[in-house]
Amino acid sequence: MNASLVVLLKEVRENLRDKRTLVNALVTGPLLAPLMFIMITNVVISRQLNQAEAPLELPVIGASNAPNLLEALRQQGFDPQPSVADPIAAVRNRDAPAVLRIPGDFGKSWIKGDPAQVEVYYDSSRRDMQQPVNRLRNMLERYSRLNGAMRLVARGLSPALANPVLVDERDQSTPRSRAGALFSILPYFFVLTVFIGGMYLAIDLTAGERERQSLEPLFANPVPRWRILLGKIGAICLFSVSSLLICVTAFTVAGHLIPTQKLGMDLGLGPAFALEVVVLMLPLVLLVAALQTLVAAFSKSYREAQTYLGILMIVPVLPSVLLSLMPVKTMPWMYAVPLLSQQVGITELLMGGSMTAAEVATCLLCGFLIAALTLAVTARVYGSERLAISV
Amino acid sequence: MIQVENLHKSFGKIRAVEGVSFTARDGEITGLLGPNGAGKTTTLRMLYTLMRPDAGRVLVDGIDSAADPLAVRKRLGVLPDARGLYKHLSARENIDYFAQLQGVPADAAAQRREALIEVLEMRDFADRHAEGYSQGQRVKTAIARALIHDPKNVLLDEPTNGLDVMATRRMRQFMRDLRAEGRCVLFSSHIMQEVAQLCDRIVVIARGRVVADESPEALRLQTGESNLEEAFVKIIGSGEGLAA
Repeated sequence: MNASLVVLLKEVRENLRDKRTLVNALVTGPLLAPLMFIMITNVVISRQLNQAEAPLELPVIGASNAPNLLEALRQQGFDPQPSVADPIAAVRNRDAPAVLRIPGDFGKSWIKGDPAQVEVYYDSSRRDMQQPVNRLRNMLERYSRLNGAMRLVARGLSPALANPVLVDERDQSTPRSRAGALFSILPYFFVLTVFIGGMYLAIDLTAGERERQSLEPLFANPVPRWRILLGKIGAICLFSVSSLLICVTAFTVAGHLIPTQKLGMDLGLGPAFALEVVVLMLPLVLLVAALQTLVAAFSKSYREAQTYLGILMIVPVLPSVLLSLMPVKTMPWMYAVPLLSQQVGITELLMGGSMTAAEVATCLLCGFLIAALTLAVTARVYGSERLAISV
Repeated sequence: MIQVENLHKSFGKIRAVEGVSFTARDGEITGLLGPNGAGKTTTLRMLYTLMRPDAGRVLVDGIDSAADPLAVRKRLGVLPDARGLYKHLSARENIDYFAQLQGVPADAAAQRREALIEVLEMRDFADRHAEGYSQGQRVKTAIARALIHDPKNVLLDEPTNGLDVMATRRMRQFMRDLRAEGRCVLFSSHIMQEVAQLCDRIVVIARGRVVADESPEALRLQTGESNLEEAFVKIIGSGEGLAA
């Protein structure tokens, strides 16, 4: 039997008997991410729904100055709360998302036909408070527009005079693409699963084996080291692919637990999507296995390797965070960069788009090329004299 | 047969081995004696091609280890200083793994494995996972897997290290059995009595050099000491790092 295959089979068999590796590769790694994701999206979605449907409760100062305005607001779903002494402090201390203040001369200006002023106190740096502020603003504007139109009509003019430009918004987002924006973090979970799935194996097969003093006897066998390495990398890949398959399946099933329909959204988490994800991720599986082995080979002990690999795990967050903070147009070169290509490609698929054959080919070719280079570097390090020496 | 010619090895500024030469013959037990840190383990590591010598060469059955390390490893059975087992595998599985890596056909491997388990008295624990083995059980398993391919040459780095009295006696008898089978047995030790008792030939190493390479008889004659232990101390210059 081929020596690499012998090593691979032995590593798989041994690690199947190790509870920690098994739990990590087959349970925590692949299932934690979908679970977290479903919880987060559920909270986010239900919060957005609640905010949109619930009465808008904000403190009002000087409510008696404009009873008609308040009545009109009430009809739009506004629920005025008791007055506060200091509107600035109330907003700063987060006692209220916003405060509406109606000055004493509101009625006088209104009767004279001058613009009657109301004040809205809010803090634009608080993103979660944007929605109530926008709702209040829209209510006030509607009231203003309605009364403006009535005044024009009263003077025998057409209300259309006051609106020389009519803006008709045509939102081109589809339910799927709206879901995609929310789900752009999803590719990171797949990458993370690949990282966690093979991590304990990677540590065990280099730093761990050296710490247990079994690497030196292993190297006394008449097998070139690169063949041993190949077997070990194969075992790591097998575990991380299993993790990925479980994770993708979990997402396909669990996608139905996310109340996306309530938002008028739709996720393309079908079997076709799952298959495409797995194919796109394959170069990354090999790259991560080689990288993890390389890092673990440099470490002196199991614990040291664990620390380094933990740091390495932060790297794949970067493209996800960057792309969600500053959404840029997908450029062709992005498909040539591992990690970025998976991020861009999977997001595209989620948003209801599709990848061209050229894009898939670029992603796979460049991915495997870079993985092969990393593998070559790892093989060099693995072949070094120092590697086997335990102490 | 193992021929070692003028081996050198340095780690940075530390010169671990400086010109070690000796020959270990078939059907003999050759002992590598020296205090801790004398360069025994480094010498052995160059013999089983884990390390590459800076200068000098090693011939195993006439094959140059630098030219064909894989062929050399096929002819060697090695018990290294590091003798870790795979703890989730049983002794039998540990042995089988090395048999496959050595390329021994399955039925021949099974036969030889059972013979070794018999000789090394491993039956009681052979199917238990290696996690929780005693030191003696670990050494036995490590030796069995090192000899599974029936090598002509056997290298043992401090084979009795950490063994109790009974296990040590059995280990010494096992080495005599290997000699009786016509193998070339080379082992390192810092225990004078062990070397004196077992060896046909003694290579004394101190500070990375060979300071004596004789039969026990010749050593006694050379130093004029009737007691071999006194002879060792005289050759090395001090008894530090040695054990009686």
